[in-house]
Amino acid sequence: MNSMVEFYQPQPDFGTPAIQATDAVSLTIDGRVVSVPQGTSVMRAAFEAGIKVPKLCATDSLEPFGSCRVCLVHIEGRRGYPSSCTTPVEAGMTVTTQSDQLAKIRRGVMELYISDHPLDCLTCPTNGDCELQSTAGEVGLRDVRYGFAGENHTQLEKDESSPYFTFDSSKCIVCSRCVRACEETQGTFALTISGRGFDSRVSVGPEANFVESDCVSCGACVAACPTATLTENSIIEKGIPEHSVTTTCAYCGVGCGFKAEMRGQEVIRMTPWKDGKANEGHACVKGRFAFGYSTHKDRMTEPMIRDSIDQPWKKVSWDEALTYAATRLREIQEKYGQKSIGAISSSRCTNEEVWLVQKMVRTGFGNNNIDTCARVCHSPTGYGLKQTLGESAGTQDFASVADADVIVVMGANPTEAHPVFGSRLKRRLREGAHLIVIDPRRIELVGAPHVKSDLHLPVQPGANVALLNAIAHTVVDEGLMDADFVKARCEETAFKRWLSFIQQPENAPEASEAYTGVHADDVRKAARLYATGGNAAIYYGLGVTEHSQGSTTVMAIANLAMLTGNIGRRGVGVNPLRGQNNVQGSCDMGSFPHELPGYRPVSDDTVRETFEGAWGVKLDAEPGHRIPNMFDEALSGGFKGLYCQGEDIAQSDPNTRHVEAALESMECLIVQDIFLNETAKFAHVFLPGSSFLEKDGTFTNAERRISRVRKAMEPLGGKADWEATLGLAQALGCDWDYENPEQIMAEIASLTPTFAGVTYEKIERLGSVQWPCTDVASEGTPTMHEDSFTRGLGQFVVTEYVPTAERCTRRFPLILTTGRILSQYNVGAQTRRTENSTWHAEDVLEIHPADAESRGISEGDWVGIASRIGDTVLRARLSNRVRPGVVYTTFHHPVSGANVITTDNSDWATNCPEYKVTAVEAMRVSQPSEWQARQQTFDKKQKQLVEEAIVG
Amino acid sequence: MSVRVYISGDTTAVAVGAERVAQRFEVEATRAALSYELVRSGSRGAFGLEPLLEVDSARGRVGFAAVTPDDIPELIRCMKESVFEHPKCLGLVAEIPWLSDQTRVTFKRCGEGAPADLENYQRLGGYVGLNNALALSRQAIVDEVKASGLRGRGGAAFPTGIKWQTVLDTASDQKYIVCNADEGDSGTFADRLLMEGDPFQLIEGMTITGVAVGATQGYIYLRSEYPRAQQMLERAIDAAYDAGLLGQNILESRSSFDLEVRMGAGSYICGEETALLNSLEGKRGVVRAKPPLPAIEGLFGQPTVVNNVLTLASVTAILADGGADYAHYGVNRSKGTIPLQLAGNVKNGGLIEVPFGASLRTVIDEWGGGTRSGRPVRAAQIGGPLGAYLSNTQLDVTIDYEAMAAAGGMLGHGGIVVFDDTVDMAKQAHFAMDFCAKESCGKCTPCRIGAVRGREVLERVCESGATEDDLILLMDLCDTMEQASLCAMGGLTPLPVKSAVNNFPEDFDVAPENSEVAV
Repeated sequence: MNSMVEFYQPQPDFGTPAIQATDAVSLTIDGRVVSVPQGTSVMRAAFEAGIKVPKLCATDSLEPFGSCRVCLVHIEGRRGYPSSCTTPVEAGMTVTTQSDQLAKIRRGVMELYISDHPLDCLTCPTNGDCELQSTAGEVGLRDVRYGFAGENHTQLEKDESSPYFTFDSSKCIVCSRCVRACEETQGTFALTISGRGFDSRVSVGPEANFVESDCVSCGACVAACPTATLTENSIIEKGIPEHSVTTTCAYCGVGCGFKAEMRGQEVIRMTPWKDGKANEGHACVKGRFAFGYSTHKDRMTEPMIRDSIDQPWKKVSWDEALTYAATRLREIQEKYGQKSIGAISSSRCTNEEVWLVQKMVRTGFGNNNIDTCARVCHSPTGYGLKQTLGESAGTQDFASVADADVIVVMGANPTEAHPVFGSRLKRRLREGAHLIVIDPRRIELVGAPHVKSDLHLPVQPGANVALLNAIAHTVVDEGLMDADFVKARCEETAFKRWLSFIQQPENAPEASEAYTGVHADDVRKAARLYATGGNAAIYYGLGVTEHSQGSTTVMAIANLAMLTGNIGRRGVGVNPLRGQNNVQGSCDMGSFPHELPGYRPVSDDTVRETFEGAWGVKLDAEPGHRIPNMFDEALSGGFKGLYCQGEDIAQSDPNTRHVEAALESMECLIVQDIFLNETAKFAHVFLPGSSFLEKDGTFTNAERRISRVRKAMEPLGGKADWEATLGLAQALGCDWDYENPEQIMAEIASLTPTFAGVTYEKIERLGSVQWPCTDVASEGTPTMHEDSFTRGLGQFVVTEYVPTAERCTRRFPLILTTGRILSQYNVGAQTRRTENSTWHAEDVLEIHPADAESRGISEGDWVGIASRIGDTVLRARLSNRVRPGVVYTTFHHPVSGANVITTDNSDWATNCPEYKVTAVEAMRVSQPSEWQARQQTFDKKQKQLVEEAIVG
Repeated sequence: MSVRVYISGDTTAVAVGAERVAQRFEVEATRAALSYELVRSGSRGAFGLEPLLEVDSARGRVGFAAVTPDDIPELIRCMKESVFEHPKCLGLVAEIPWLSDQTRVTFKRCGEGAPADLENYQRLGGYVGLNNALALSRQAIVDEVKASGLRGRGGAAFPTGIKWQTVLDTASDQKYIVCNADEGDSGTFADRLLMEGDPFQLIEGMTITGVAVGATQGYIYLRSEYPRAQQMLERAIDAAYDAGLLGQNILESRSSFDLEVRMGAGSYICGEETALLNSLEGKRGVVRAKPPLPAIEGLFGQPTVVNNVLTLASVTAILADGGADYAHYGVNRSKGTIPLQLAGNVKNGGLIEVPFGASLRTVIDEWGGGTRSGRPVRAAQIGGPLGAYLSNTQLDVTIDYEAMAAAGGMLGHGGIVVFDDTVDMAKQAHFAMDFCAKESCGKCTPCRIGAVRGREVLERVCESGATEDDLILLMDLCDTMEQASLCAMGGLTPLPVKSAVNNFPEDFDVAPENSEVAV
């Protein structure tokens, strides 16, 4: 099954990027006839023919540069020795890559390189994995006649400021691969070459080191370095890996492919997989470096049980824990009824694991009380896109952005939260695409040294619908709509109804300016640009969904795309940027109280019958509880048992005190996680979770791409998560006998129409596959809705602007909105246990200097933030990124208590919490809040109860 | 009656005292109640005659050579009396053999009047070429340049018409004309002389080029060490805009052309066209790999003509008098005239514009008058710091691109630096490597590291004599740099080194003691 487990070797490198051209050119290289697309370099043509040309500055992720001069070749009829990397092929060319003369030139160049290079190969960290070393070998360098007494750089100091890699300039050959990777791949431009001639050195800027520079630690430079100049510290400490396992990152919804490079069961390095279609060899600081949590000392590796949460834990066997859990659940059901228990599946777990959890709820619990964290992030996407387009998913693949001419980024911050996609987007912007940012904050894309938006619409939090309506109104008003598309592809009645709505004067930008806070002129400019600028694509995030009108906003986005014909081909579309690695998958797998897998209603008899037939169990036709209902029911006494897998609701869900009260009222809380998370502190059964490195399965990313997760090490707790669920289901009496996740995927495929053609064998062959993967589209579907919408005709939905109930008042004059930063991920359970905390050790409150001044708040002060719900204390950071009246924070640290202040308001359609709008007041205080003090005490006590655990 | 007096404001003339002469003239003329008009002209390039003071007379312009401030009272007396008898009087300027024996096409106006005086330029035949060009199709202009046989005067000698054709044939919404005025070769000054003395000719030439290839924006990339050229160019550009000779709808035609001067930042390598383009774009001045050719993807990725000052200036004469007329000068594949710059240990340094075909020895002996030291000529370096050192016996070579190459040399930008018999050619070889090490952009390895290693080897050779191994290593290094370097900087540095070793082997004699070591 694990054909992607291989002996460690560097990934293949063809020297220059592949060219997408239809015209083929034939040429002869070393007597072999080669045919390649027009525009391909001679070097790449040679590699594709299996002919290796020595090279140092060329690598196929970067444009050719032509500096190292070891790839020179002879081309018949041409003077001199052109560099094969910078010379495009021509029809009929005759190329010689090896001759005595070429050998002499290459040796001459290598002799120069080595005359300025330390001679410590045997003790060098990349000994055996160094392109300089192997090239010296290839060209047969035997002597450095210049000696080593001349001018050199071999004594330069190392820059060890980064926790993840070391920059050893003494080994640098100035090939500029790192500089170019930072520019071309990552788009940060943190690196440059300083000095000229022999003094040319790679530099992060005047007198700066990596950590103090603009570097975002994506690792692209380290991956690009052909020598030991930029080397992962783990390689320096442990040596080069011996085998690798190809897998998928478990952080954000980009779903990057990685090679987990191993020594035995230990991950030495995570290297972005060049054939990973989501990332194409790129990575970010999280996926690339922040994997140390997987073996952190805080990992929980033993099952534990206790009767009440003030008791010490008892460490027990898996069997005992599962039997105990099953018994308690059944007792609760006997006492409080069949619907008194439920489960929350995890968007960090695999599709197969999520499938089992919802199946266990439906067949073992006998109800539909299954929900997932998508409830609190992208549930409005599922609802909104289903209503309008007919499918609860984004319409494009990530690569599509390369064909976009106008890009709208709304309520998303890709360079922080989806960095690898952010880099793709920035690349397209450098090529000249236009950008409209709709966000209350000045995110990086609005204006940074190497990226600038054409328009920034700093919408007042809560007024998204009004703004989108104003844009749509302008498109109609100014005659910019794509009438042909609407006529051919959309439902006429619904459109007419929508048209008469959108034309109402209150939807004009001049009218809505008052509540959106965006100048009508800018709205009109944005509308014109979006409607007439060529291929226009919308990318959005939680700034769209986490509102009381989240679903309405998603539908307004879909309306806009249909209105302008920007859907159904490359370069356009409606693209939700999903927060977690498998949030798309956990939704697809039916983690909803009202929907079975494939977004099919439980109330539909035909649908239910299909599953009943396959599972041999009668299913409940009545929808179950959503997460907030579970909490409410718990407090009112009707919901007493919960199985929560890989999700930290105590930290991530809004109104923390309400959540805590609900958890405290549970009679059996089963938490399965890799750490003792905030929720586990309220648990009665703790099941050790397995990290993504410890199991097989699949994740589905934001572009509907199903990629394999492959086991690189044995589960520290003894069971992969799917095995734990399997055990619990069996303990509950389910007659299940899965032996591996592949069997689970076979069941998924047999019961979920959009997954019908998905098999592990196919994923193995194609690398990944985008659903729908069916008979019609057996290799998957990169672009959806090409000829018709999934629902047939697209449906315009009237999107009336209803302001949120959360209003600013004299008591709560500021609006708090929340978001993320690059180095931390979600509740921080993983990233806080890595060196990523170097960059973000605590959550802070961003406040505009004017708001700070009027409250006597200075940089670094403790600030109390009070909402109608609660209060917490954070340090202040004065920032112009937020505008006056808006404050901003992140929620990566439990002690921050960001959700102590967020409210119970939620999306009208899906109950997605309104994290993005909370009316607050901020004031200077001298100490943490009462809740924070209690949290600290409780945390300490619970950790002690683990330490004091009795071995049963 | 007012007297019109000309004193050059050119940098070289000023360096030898022209400014002080001019100041003294004004003081003395006022004192002597001489009614005068002082024109600060460009220089004619006869530096041996500077400060050259010229006066309009009934017979024509009369010149006084090497004038000092102390000569002024006497000269004013001459002027007042219109009697031009003075020990420093050269007679009519037009009859000075050093000048009249030249064939001045590109430099015909230099020194004639105030450089930024548009009226003067037009009176002397300026803007005839542009007027003619505006009446022609783009292709016809390019054909005229092709017919002239003009080749790039920056040093590479690439046929100008063919380069233009490529730019003309490459479709684009925006094309550029870039003038390479980063004249950095040691011993060269023709570009500066022209820009300081006749800036309109460059402006007109660039405008014609823009019209020819359909480019609407031009940049002059000027080396930072040329402040007076900058001043003259900017004044002339302003005057051209005022007269409708730049900007929208030039001379009411459908063609438009804008022009700006951009200053370099003191880097020799930015005279290499691709490094120049990077610098102009605001990037680090490093060489780009070719292809893509700048003619196809040049400035900001758009089709760009990059030509040297003299090349662009020559175009005015070609369009004024026809390509055939220009091609009438010269020999073989080297057509037209070449402005040579004579410097180093030479008696009469300066600019000599002659048709291709003259012999190098004639230029050095007859125009140059031999060495300044009076000692025999031992070597001459032709074509700047990357050019070959020729020995005395090789000086009969014809000034012709191909003939020079056949003699192991390179005409380059036309600089000739003369050395007498006291020169140590090992030190000159060391200088070549040292120059490359100091000026290398650092992108490619042969140049970045090779030049430093070459300097080290030659340091050793200069200090303690060469071993056979040293010379083998040096020659191998030269081969590596020549064959593997990315641009002409590293690729040509071996030329002076190898020519020094080959043409002056006695300066690299393997010392007997070293020889034994080598064995």
